[in-house]
Amino acid sequence: MNFLAQIGRMFLLFLESTGRIAVFAVSSLSHCVRPPFYPRLIGRQMVDIGYYSLPVVALTTLFSGMVLALQSYSGFARFQAESAIATVVVLSITRELAPVLAGLMVAGRIGASMAAEIGTMRVTEQIDALTTLSTNPYKYLIAPRILAGLTMLPLLVLVGDIIGVFGGYIVSIYKLGFNPATYVKQTFDYLETIDVVSGLVKAGAFGFIVTLMGCYHGYNSRGGAQGVGVATTNAVVSAAILILIFNYVITELFFAR
Amino acid sequence: MSTESPKIKIRDLHKGFGSKQVLKGVDLDVGRSESLVVIGGSGTGKSVLLKSVLGIIHPDRGSIEVDGEDVVHLSARERERVNTKFGMLFQGGALFDSLPVWENVAFGLIQGKRMPRSEAKVIALEKLASVGLGADVGELWPAELSGGMQKRVALARAIATEPEIIFFDEPTTGLDPIMADVINGLIVECVRRLGASALSITHDMSSVRKIADRVAMLYNGQIIWVGPVADIDNSGNEYVDQFINGRAEGPIQMQVRG
Repeated sequence: MNFLAQIGRMFLLFLESTGRIAVFAVSSLSHCVRPPFYPRLIGRQMVDIGYYSLPVVALTTLFSGMVLALQSYSGFARFQAESAIATVVVLSITRELAPVLAGLMVAGRIGASMAAEIGTMRVTEQIDALTTLSTNPYKYLIAPRILAGLTMLPLLVLVGDIIGVFGGYIVSIYKLGFNPATYVKQTFDYLETIDVVSGLVKAGAFGFIVTLMGCYHGYNSRGGAQGVGVATTNAVVSAAILILIFNYVITELFFAR
Repeated sequence: MSTESPKIKIRDLHKGFGSKQVLKGVDLDVGRSESLVVIGGSGTGKSVLLKSVLGIIHPDRGSIEVDGEDVVHLSARERERVNTKFGMLFQGGALFDSLPVWENVAFGLIQGKRMPRSEAKVIALEKLASVGLGADVGELWPAELSGGMQKRVALARAIATEPEIIFFDEPTTGLDPIMADVINGLIVECVRRLGASALSITHDMSSVRKIADRVAMLYNGQIIWVGPVADIDNSGNEYVDQFINGRAEGPIQMQVRG
């Protein structure tokens, strides 16, 4: 009986957290579209999320594209399907790898720092100070971050798509001896707009998830340094899990027949 | 206290957290241009009282009026309007780490009153000068300042918008006695110069004697004594006597073990 009660309690806690996050998300989004806006802060967050995450995303997608070409070659060579490598690389990168890897890397880099920064502001009463200075913390702290996440992740993924495909190209041409013109032609032959668009939609959703989780856990952190530490961990873990769940959901929406 | 309507009027204020009832029917008035200090031990609900007036905590029951307007049930936008009347000095300063000192001081002017940055900077530097800090300090970051300097900057930020009511949360906590006296002096000077009302909470008696016109004692979630600061040594209230003399023996029993 005790065991069942514990399961029930955990389920209720889960529902409560889901409700809180949903209310926080709706409230944050509503503040994103209502004035006053803070263009200076939005710009700063865009640079932080977009520009400073570029090296991490570029390296991740570059090596993913390279290893994809290498693995596909060694696997496909068993049944003489090497010509499919270009298509496999471009579809895997644009549909899956670039958005998911960029989302996870940004969750580690940005989600953690947002939770730590906003969490520290919470425990040092800086968020209360904003309220007393007639400034809505949702508009000043949360909305710029969410807007920047929503817009910058698709851009990062677009760059990641190009770099990932380029990584596959380098390995295919210089290591596996493919003909460059044929490889490029095969890359574009089977690529459709929906492949890139679905990846960018995923990127937008992941940008929202990462910034929302960072802001939510930071904003609700309690109890000093330890509370901020817990908030940071929760922000990264919850963002990573939600990214993987929503990756499946969005794929299902786009490609399920 | 003058006979005209009070600047802040608190009636029957209740607030609890879970099963713990912190405020159990607080009644309190702060007069116009009056400095009222609420004293009381740690954990008696002083901060909860202050944050309820500021709108940071929503009370369970009771009313809070500012200039005759009920502020408990305001919308977020109306709350922002009322908060333009307020200035607040937080216990730890609560300066924004991501902004230089001058921008911290000018924050309420730039964000709250939508003043151009260049204009707000001039005022911020004036306010910094009024708390004894030079223009060079304005370019530093909060992390580069000592505790006393952070308190001064926080005071400059609290008075920058020339508020009608200023709140002070433990203004001298964590400061050495000399710096505490400097801050107390600055508080008195700033409040008088602005002609503002002030509501402070503290358990530092030297601070109380210096900045208060009237004193209220909060104990067990209720105001148990209110009177002019001159009467505090002859209050006739044994709780107040024990508190101001800092005696372990008396009606107030501290819980040593949980």
